[in-house]
Amino acid sequence: MLKGTKHRLWERFIVHLDPVLLTALGLLMCTSLVVLYSASGGNWSRVLGQSVNILIALVALWAMANLPLHYLMRTAVPMYVIGVSLLIGVALFGEINNGARRWLNLGIITIQPSEIMKIAVPLMMAWYFEKYEAQLRLRNYIVAALLLLLPVGLILRQPDLGTATLITASGFFVLFLAGLSWRVMLALVVAAAASAPFLWHSLHDYQRLRILMLLDPSQDALGKGYHTIQATIAVGSGGILGKGYLNGTQSHLDFLPERTTDFIFAVFSEEFGLLGNIILLGFYLFVIVRGFMITANASTYFTRLMAGSITLTFFTYAFVNMGMVSGILPVVGVPLPLISYGGTSMVTLLLGFGMLMSIHTHKKLVQT
Amino acid sequence: MNHRVELKDSQREIHHFRLRLMLCVSIVLLMFFLLLVRFVYLQVIKHSHYETLAENNRISIVPIVPSRGVIRDRNGEVLARNYSGYTLEITPSKVNDMEGLINQLALLVDISNKDRKRFKKLLTESRNFNSLPIRNRLTDVEVARMAAQVFRFPGVEIKARLFREYPHRELTSHFIGYISRINDEDLKIIEESNENSNYLGTDYIGKIGIEQSYEKELHGITGIQRVEVDSAGREVRTVSSTAPISGNDLTLTLDVKLQSVTEQAFGDYRGAMVAIDPSNGEVLAFVSKPGYDPNLFIDGIDEQSWNELSNSLDVPLNNRALRGQYPPGSTIKPFMALAGLTYNTRTPTKTISDPGFFTLPGNRHRYRDWKQDGHGIVDLFKSIVISCDTYYYGLATEMGIGNIASFLSQFGFGKQTGIDLEGEVSGLLPSEEWKQRRYQQIWYPGDTVSVGIGQGYSLVTPLQLAAATAALANNGILHRPHLVKKIERNSNNAASATTAPQAVQQINLKAEHLDLVKRAMIAVTKPGGTAAWAGNGVPYVMAGKTGTAQVINIKQGEKYDAQKVDERHRDHAWFIAFAPAEQPKIALVVLVENGGHGSSTAAPIARKVLDYFMLGKVPKPLVKTKMGGDVEGD
Repeated sequence: MLKGTKHRLWERFIVHLDPVLLTALGLLMCTSLVVLYSASGGNWSRVLGQSVNILIALVALWAMANLPLHYLMRTAVPMYVIGVSLLIGVALFGEINNGARRWLNLGIITIQPSEIMKIAVPLMMAWYFEKYEAQLRLRNYIVAALLLLLPVGLILRQPDLGTATLITASGFFVLFLAGLSWRVMLALVVAAAASAPFLWHSLHDYQRLRILMLLDPSQDALGKGYHTIQATIAVGSGGILGKGYLNGTQSHLDFLPERTTDFIFAVFSEEFGLLGNIILLGFYLFVIVRGFMITANASTYFTRLMAGSITLTFFTYAFVNMGMVSGILPVVGVPLPLISYGGTSMVTLLLGFGMLMSIHTHKKLVQT
Repeated sequence: MNHRVELKDSQREIHHFRLRLMLCVSIVLLMFFLLLVRFVYLQVIKHSHYETLAENNRISIVPIVPSRGVIRDRNGEVLARNYSGYTLEITPSKVNDMEGLINQLALLVDISNKDRKRFKKLLTESRNFNSLPIRNRLTDVEVARMAAQVFRFPGVEIKARLFREYPHRELTSHFIGYISRINDEDLKIIEESNENSNYLGTDYIGKIGIEQSYEKELHGITGIQRVEVDSAGREVRTVSSTAPISGNDLTLTLDVKLQSVTEQAFGDYRGAMVAIDPSNGEVLAFVSKPGYDPNLFIDGIDEQSWNELSNSLDVPLNNRALRGQYPPGSTIKPFMALAGLTYNTRTPTKTISDPGFFTLPGNRHRYRDWKQDGHGIVDLFKSIVISCDTYYYGLATEMGIGNIASFLSQFGFGKQTGIDLEGEVSGLLPSEEWKQRRYQQIWYPGDTVSVGIGQGYSLVTPLQLAAATAALANNGILHRPHLVKKIERNSNNAASATTAPQAVQQINLKAEHLDLVKRAMIAVTKPGGTAAWAGNGVPYVMAGKTGTAQVINIKQGEKYDAQKVDERHRDHAWFIAFAPAEQPKIALVVLVENGGHGSSTAAPIARKVLDYFMLGKVPKPLVKTKMGGDVEGD
């Protein structure tokens, strides 16, 4: 009797979780703890800290997965409005840190409103498309694009190229999946190419340097190019099988910068080599494919857009980070999703996957 | 709600969406493939390149400088040694305001004007990224005070170093030489001989003397420490290390006490003395007066001391024994006598009549004897004992310059002796060919006449004359003079090397000729000989020959008057000697610059040296006064 109750309680607890996706995420999070121990130089407090981050993020995931979709839809507008207001607040009263105005001190806690927008923007756009689903015109796409560009513009001003890029990507995915016509996209590409020189002018010096460094990192080997060069050396010296766990010289002798956060992939790659990289790519692909399956089977226009955007944004994170560490993309402050140390990105990411699970399981409940 | 929405979705719309989704999947796969290609490129294709880079990052090679070989004299007295001490050093490339920095440092440690000048000189000679010493030999108090403050001065360091020291200073300067900081020229030589890696941490190199000629032996082999460093350059651990091998110690043939006795015997006179063991060519003493303090040069000499040394009329930096070229004067006569006997131009019994001058047939020019009225009837024995010039004018003329040159060259005249020092000059043994080459002139008979008494074009170095004297004493066996007796190898696998005597020449001489000349040279030091005063009461058998080298030419009909001539234009005095005459253990040459007659200044110095060598008698300090006794001249 008691056993039965327990069993039923457990079932209700896990009913909205997707075991396949959860397994894939779990693999990545375990990897995170393993690599962090090495990257931090055997510092258990870093591992413990990340474990706490993961636990909090898992709670957020569970909560989000259990949230019915119409509640989620209702949060779109307020979340977006609050997010944009906070960004304006940052622009006016934000704290300057390392030459960038990103943080807002709310008295009790200091927050980075751009993180909220990573979810709020695609959510808002998906909500908007769902609202006008029946009669979508070019006008609607333009409005959606404006919804995207407003926060992106504010974030670029901070300046925070990495986050702006990611949010632009997630918004673009919504536009794309919502059926933005190929002709418009072509026009956009042409417009982007034409405006590139102006954009170049509007970039901050350090942002320009980062792009220049990509073209030739050795030009400033001890300055801005140092990160890229050392990371590339770490990856390359790893070879096929890697130098072995805890044996990476680049990371342990302090040659790698930010090795528990943005450059953690270099640590991983140095110690586990090409084989490790392939397995890691496999883990990411596992998550992404599962995300696409959920997207494909999503029941509503809103959920399809949302699920697609979340999955593609996750992919973008992973690609941009690994690309920058291995030297084919400029250094933008993008962490390696689910592996880099950091609570905010962990929570944001798992909130997204919680939504995916919610999309998947609530539809299933309706169908059965 | 969901149900209603699902119904509203047209199949076409879902199909459209899934098409776009498929496109996304393809893009994702393509991008991941791109990453994979990049990984393969970095980790497989360029792996060894990046592995090397990582290894270079990680490993820093630190040279461990070997300690330089110690130099001792034949009795084990240390002539060049190392001591450890602290220096205060500045790396110029890290400093903007050098003057200001030095002023600030001067508040903490004592920095003299000399130090500043020396440092300035170093600055102009060295590369900017080397650290240069502003102060050497910091006291313990200074080290402690500086250590607490050094962080305030970027580019300033306290370094523990091994220093070179020459405890005998002036006494050994002309053969030990000195080491000094490596300059661009030295670097070129090091690079040419492929020694770069061995000199990685070395700051000093032998510049002159034995320090230079035995640089390879003395330097040793630099050890290597491979240390793992972090990105800040801090040492994490030592990966491996190869210990340095100290330079080889040298034991010289030289006796520094004999050297010191000689210096004392010279008093204030300038000149040179070289003493050689005739049986093997070992150099027993090698003096060039005045000397200089080689310690001044090690870390760059300050301007004031340099000016004093280089502008001095006494030219202390000139190695007279090795590089001074003087006419041999009458010291050539024993060799000329041997030549005359060997070529049968003269027999032991043949006599000449000396009217006090010599004339060439058909020429009225008189070649004067040093004794105005002449020596009367002179045979070969007497010609040496009283140093008759007329005898040798005739002998040289009859023998001809060709025979003279070929005979004398067997004794090493006109060539380098091959001593183990660099910079030796070869003197001059004139010949017809030489004159043609040098002056595009034919050889006149009159040229030969002056060569007969060691004047004219003839030039010898004291070292050359000493080697020749040793060969004479050793019955015609000429050895290569050398200063290093033994090289003690400090590496485990090499045995110590002893320098074996090297006979350069076995001169074909008849025993009775040698015996006659030697007997005459003994008689030189006996009553009636030119060096009778110097040989007075000598308890061993001493053979010698005086000589005088003209500094300025005396016009025809004029007589040389020492009193009238400025001190620096006085003749140079020579004395060659060996003892004991029966079984010579030492052959030596004394040259006293502007000393006047060989008998009055050079011979007494030789006597003091021989007395010490033969009897262990230490002479009283000699002052520059005219020696007593009747000046017999030569």
